[in-house]
Amino acid sequence: MLFGIDLDVAAGELVALVGANGAGKSTLLGTLSGLVRATSGTVTFAGRDITNVRPEVIVKAGIAHVPQGRRLFGPLSVEKNLLLGAHLRRDRDVRSDLARVLGYFPALKDKLAREAGTLSGGEQQMVAIGRGLMAKPKLLMVDELSLGLAPKVVDRLVDVVQGINRDGTSLLLVEQDVLVALDVADRAYVLENGRVVLAGRAAELKDDPGVRKAYLGI
Amino acid sequence: MSTVATAQLELQNVTKRFGGVAALDGVTLSVAKGDILGIIGPNGAGKTTLLNCISGIYPPDSGDIHWEGASITGTAPHKVARLGIGRTFQVVKPFGSMTVRENAAVGALFGSAEARLAPKAAFVRADEVLELVGLTPKAGLSVTALTIPDRKRLEVARAVATRPKLLLLDEVMAGLNNVEIDEALEMVRAVHATGVTVVLIEHVMRVIVGVCRRAVVLDFGQVLAEGEPEVVLRDERVIEAYLGERYAKRLRA
Repeated sequence: MLFGIDLDVAAGELVALVGANGAGKSTLLGTLSGLVRATSGTVTFAGRDITNVRPEVIVKAGIAHVPQGRRLFGPLSVEKNLLLGAHLRRDRDVRSDLARVLGYFPALKDKLAREAGTLSGGEQQMVAIGRGLMAKPKLLMVDELSLGLAPKVVDRLVDVVQGINRDGTSLLLVEQDVLVALDVADRAYVLENGRVVLAGRAAELKDDPGVRKAYLGI
Repeated sequence: MSTVATAQLELQNVTKRFGGVAALDGVTLSVAKGDILGIIGPNGAGKTTLLNCISGIYPPDSGDIHWEGASITGTAPHKVARLGIGRTFQVVKPFGSMTVRENAAVGALFGSAEARLAPKAAFVRADEVLELVGLTPKAGLSVTALTIPDRKRLEVARAVATRPKLLLLDEVMAGLNNVEIDEALEMVRAVHATGVTVVLIEHVMRVIVGVCRRAVVLDFGQVLAEGEPEVVLRDERVIEAYLGERYAKRLRA
């Protein structure tokens, strides 16, 4: 459940969404990607009203959603999983884009023929993000980047996500490790019980006593 | 190297292969009664396979697993459970059509031999474990109404309802924020305080440092390091293979 959410992501920004489990973070991403219907309110993307528009139209408009728990097609190859991200594209750059995406994840290059379900958790997350990128989004939304991943893998993924952002893709990131989220983001929103209770520069939120107590446990 | 006289659970040279890959490659470790042991290591290092071998889901290809002095190598999962080894699963799968209380009662009904109770007694046990994990106020709800942290609590409750002497927890704190983790740690301490030995897999160091007395690091199916968490997490090999520089810096800070 969400109540009167006001949120914006500027072009090229990296914005984090933090809050307890059940606060509404995934519901919010679902609303943006057309998987969850908004009862009221409007969602505008690149000047266009996309409120309650079908998911495939939203993907075409330039928003890709990397869902929580990766949700790969386990029995399909890594390559097919990645190419599925470009399912709606009709341009000729899909192949060269695959090379560009693999540039972010060199570890996947010699695993393209492997069944995605046999990869390690970190590699699966790379495929999930790569699949999102194959839609050539202007805005990439990643739900739970670090879920179930070894600290070192999280480090690498954080670097990659920042690289993707530097290369011009806007990012909306849901992350339970609030310290990581506030380290990488330009700005952040704090959600509680379906409402935005706090928003601001990530660096400032990190020093906010309420945030430190409620989410960092410091 | 870790074989001690008081071991409740002992693994000797346990190996498990999938195709050509050794998911576990000669793992030897022991768990003393009353211990809280953390198992950490890279994704794909063999942590879940280790729990699966102990709980009987996979028979090891070679090596021995001893429980309270007797071999349980290759014993079927339901028998292992009735011998007193309970476990949770990484992906929780509660019975969606049942209430929280009914889900907990299933553990009591089908768990250890002495707990194979009449339904009425199973519900008494269910109420005890829901109290222990802090789900009493939600006992009557459908499981579909539970948040992720509460579903993880229920997963623990179902395992505890089988009256285990050893509880194996597979990433029950993944996806929780720091404050939720601290609450979950209280739950683990509460279960441990009832006399249950705990072995847990986590990637969250707040958990390992917060509750474990010992940590074992698996890498490529082998034991890379073991000892007190504070020591293990400063081991250069562990930082190189698993923690990475960012965490190491955070730890030093």
